[in-house]
Amino acid sequence: MADEVELAADQHVRYIVTVEKKDSFESLVMEHIRLNGAYWGLTTLDLLHKLHAVDAAEVVDWIMSCYHPESGGFGGNVGHDPHVLYTLSAVQVLCLFDRLDVLDVDKVADYVAGLQNKDGSFSGDIWGEVDTRFSYIALCTLSLLHRLHKIDVQKAVDFVVSCKNLDGGFGAMPGGESHAGQIFCCVGALAITGSLHHIDRDLLGWWLCERQCKDGGLNGRPEKLADVCYSWWVLSSLVMIDRVHWIDKEKLTKFILNCQDKENGGISDRPDNAVDIYHTYFGIAGLSLMEYPGVKPLDPAYALPLHVVNRIFLKK
Amino acid sequence: MHGRPRRPAKPEDDEAASAKAAKLRDLQAQVLHNHHARTYTKESIGLSFKLLETNPEAYTAWNYRKLALQHNVKELSDPQAIKSAIDDELRVAEVALRQNPKSYGAWYHRKWLLNQKLAPVDFKYELGLLDKLLKVDARNFHGWNYRRFLARFMGLPDDEELKYTMDKISDNFSNYSAWHNRSILLSNLLIQQSKGFESKQKIFSEEFELVTQALFTDPSDQSGWFYHLWLLAQTSSPDNPQLIASWPSNAAKLSFSFIKEKAEQHTLSSVWSRTVPIVLYFNEPVKGLNHSSVNLKSDLEFGKDIQWRPLTMADSGYSKCWATYLQITNECSSLQEYSVEMSIPCSDDIVSRSGSNYNCPVHFTFYIELISNNAAQGLDTFDKPVAWNCSDSFQSHGNRDPIPLDLLNITSALVEHDSDWHFERLSEEIDLFRELADDNSKFGKLTLARLLLACAAIKSRGRSLIERKGYCEEALGLFTDLIHLDPSHKQYYEDERSLALMDKLTCDMETFTKHCSVQVQPNSAPLHHVQFRRLSVTRIGFAERLLWVQMLDLSHNSLRSVEGLEALQRLVFLNISNNQISSFTALEPLTKIISLKVLDLSFNEIGAHSIDTARYICPSPFSHKTEASEAFEEYQEVNNINVTEYWDAILFFRSLKLAQLDIRGNAVASKDGFRTLVVTLIPCLKWFDGEGVS
Repeated sequence: MADEVELAADQHVRYIVTVEKKDSFESLVMEHIRLNGAYWGLTTLDLLHKLHAVDAAEVVDWIMSCYHPESGGFGGNVGHDPHVLYTLSAVQVLCLFDRLDVLDVDKVADYVAGLQNKDGSFSGDIWGEVDTRFSYIALCTLSLLHRLHKIDVQKAVDFVVSCKNLDGGFGAMPGGESHAGQIFCCVGALAITGSLHHIDRDLLGWWLCERQCKDGGLNGRPEKLADVCYSWWVLSSLVMIDRVHWIDKEKLTKFILNCQDKENGGISDRPDNAVDIYHTYFGIAGLSLMEYPGVKPLDPAYALPLHVVNRIFLKK
Repeated sequence: MHGRPRRPAKPEDDEAASAKAAKLRDLQAQVLHNHHARTYTKESIGLSFKLLETNPEAYTAWNYRKLALQHNVKELSDPQAIKSAIDDELRVAEVALRQNPKSYGAWYHRKWLLNQKLAPVDFKYELGLLDKLLKVDARNFHGWNYRRFLARFMGLPDDEELKYTMDKISDNFSNYSAWHNRSILLSNLLIQQSKGFESKQKIFSEEFELVTQALFTDPSDQSGWFYHLWLLAQTSSPDNPQLIASWPSNAAKLSFSFIKEKAEQHTLSSVWSRTVPIVLYFNEPVKGLNHSSVNLKSDLEFGKDIQWRPLTMADSGYSKCWATYLQITNECSSLQEYSVEMSIPCSDDIVSRSGSNYNCPVHFTFYIELISNNAAQGLDTFDKPVAWNCSDSFQSHGNRDPIPLDLLNITSALVEHDSDWHFERLSEEIDLFRELADDNSKFGKLTLARLLLACAAIKSRGRSLIERKGYCEEALGLFTDLIHLDPSHKQYYEDERSLALMDKLTCDMETFTKHCSVQVQPNSAPLHHVQFRRLSVTRIGFAERLLWVQMLDLSHNSLRSVEGLEALQRLVFLNISNNQISSFTALEPLTKIISLKVLDLSFNEIGAHSIDTARYICPSPFSHKTEASEAFEEYQEVNNINVTEYWDAILFFRSLKLAQLDIRGNAVASKDGFRTLVVTLIPCLKWFDGEGVS
């Protein structure tokens, strides 16, 4: 059909490879999350079979320049304070390149493990903010580094379960409203620790599948607008609990493809909005989970390509 | 990152944009420099304010301000001066919040400041600020989180916070955040039995009225419908766990052919020669079944200590169905019948996830007949592949071994009393929603279907299952309507419809019998066979009514999962050919059926999908429930099997002792090395895709 939209993979690759060179106000405002941006961009490249388009050694060097040897954590950019948000991205990027060897693994693991609180929750950094995002990040990081034994896993699971709401979803802390982003973090945390039986998968699955709006896109919670990033948060949650067949994949695929800037590359939150790396990654991640041809499969819990996760856990 | 229109860059914009960018770049560099140098002068702190005003997401600047405060407050002894310093920080956070009311850094800075307890908190101000922000965006979850934090900090009682949610809901029914908070507060108040909240019935009646008002005022808003679903669940489930089925059931008579010599591994008879599986099925996951919480009395001698194991996926020990395998060690020389009495008294050991204990004492007796069989012949050794009876007409079941549909009678009056209120309440709701359903409202129809099924469950508790039939039929009609009304969610409604269909087929003895027969296999005792073919079933439900089944034919349906089948501990033959099973991980429940000998998986989708949706539902190295080294080492070294490619096949097949497997028509069957892998993993396999295994 003439009006059928396709994935403009080459343009997206070009966008990712050139975007980090911009020095605009918009990029500067995002400067503190550059390490996250590296993860989003590089994982997308790998999903599109183009990871070789970047210089692995250069990337690894830059990642390590965000490392704080005294604490064992990574900052969002050179000179920025350490936080688990960026530590996970660093570990994930190193997994992509199979370069975990550059890390003092125990030092990094100790940084993360040291942030577990008595109730099993995790703080994001030494300043003590607690959020289930950090529970997911800690479990994901430590699992990839094969260092889960450094924390009290049962307590970590108990804390996540305490954030379960009556609609089947999860919030940022006990009592927090269900939100697709937090749900992904909690479902991911439970998946990684083999604890998905704590979830009422039919109840949560229904709440999640009702995120699909009339335009085919997914929103993050009831009565909100669709946004491409929820193609990941909602979709991966549905995949992990084996309820992804409850959404209309064709309509979602069309929505994501309509959010592309087919000339300049990149994907935006909604059709005809400004593109960015974040939405580019999540759009393509969503397509991956729906088995879109030409896109490598992603592991829904670790948010890394399947072949990377298999390599980490199946080889001795 | 969100909500910015796509615009091509214009040259006039460039110069102004560059200047703006340069200013920000300098500011950020300076703040970082001061932070690393630990400079906490008024000027440097002021710079951080300028930065956070422009960019509240610059998290290192918030850290810097906290360090600066700690550093400067150390020098101060005058409480006024300390308060002033705190107030400065609060003001910075407030300015940042006006810039971005969703800034994690700004909200946390405020929370952190209060937690320092360096100065008295102006709660009126805090609540006022919150109120302003929530008026601008009633769904700001940061605001609601902060409100919950303040309430705890101030010791605000839950019932006062409940009033606040009522205010917000009265302003605008479309406030999911307020309804959510309401559900949390109500749950707490009810659990604590606070004053005015002692009666669940009174509270839920009021809530039903409130939410119904919202739903009829604005049926297109979703919040009310989700809240209603929660109320429905509270109203339809019993407070305490209940036993709903068992195998063997009350008064069942079982015959066991007892062979004196050691039986060969792959005979039909050896499957049950000395082992009697007992399955207990509850209405919700429970834990705590052991030899003291479940009593067993019999003249039969059982070898080991009786151990109960959970059958559904659980490592925290909770499961809906539990099994034990009694090993009969009696010697006998002639026909003898023994009784086995089982009872489950009220127990503090057996509890549900919510902590409710088992309080519905149950007692039943079944009989085991031991027939000594000295004849060595009559042992079937699977010398021919087993074929599935393809005819659609079945031998009528006759009077031999009637289908044990009579489940346990639960006689506790307490349960029935509760049911009366539940049933009345839900019947009222059904009447209301039958009116609304005419309007083609998807939520209205779905809610009505759920109400009907909830009533079916309540009405049949402790009574005959056939009471459910009418409700199931009406619900089935609604799900069919919903598939047309809301095609995006077609597969959700198909799953719900399948459950209602299985309920309908198995709750009525007359209908059920049409799907049952007794199959005679060469040289073995007759087997109880159930056939549910070509019914467009997408998922299995009500497995508790199938615990007695030995041969099950679910072929030619649309099954993606076999969850539920793990409870069928007598199952020897299973046919799930021509379905939509897409991975070995999806078949994990079958690994719990120790009696399974013949499996037909042909014409499914195993190996055809790159995304495995059951990957985390079953134990694996990725969820740390299987040690990769222990599971795969023997296969990696001995036979050069590609573990990365076949890890899921290995975990599945190594647990089964199949005599016969059919897997043709799946993408995986034609892959390199797959045949060799299967034959290696199942040494006792005799028939593979219709051919003999040498």
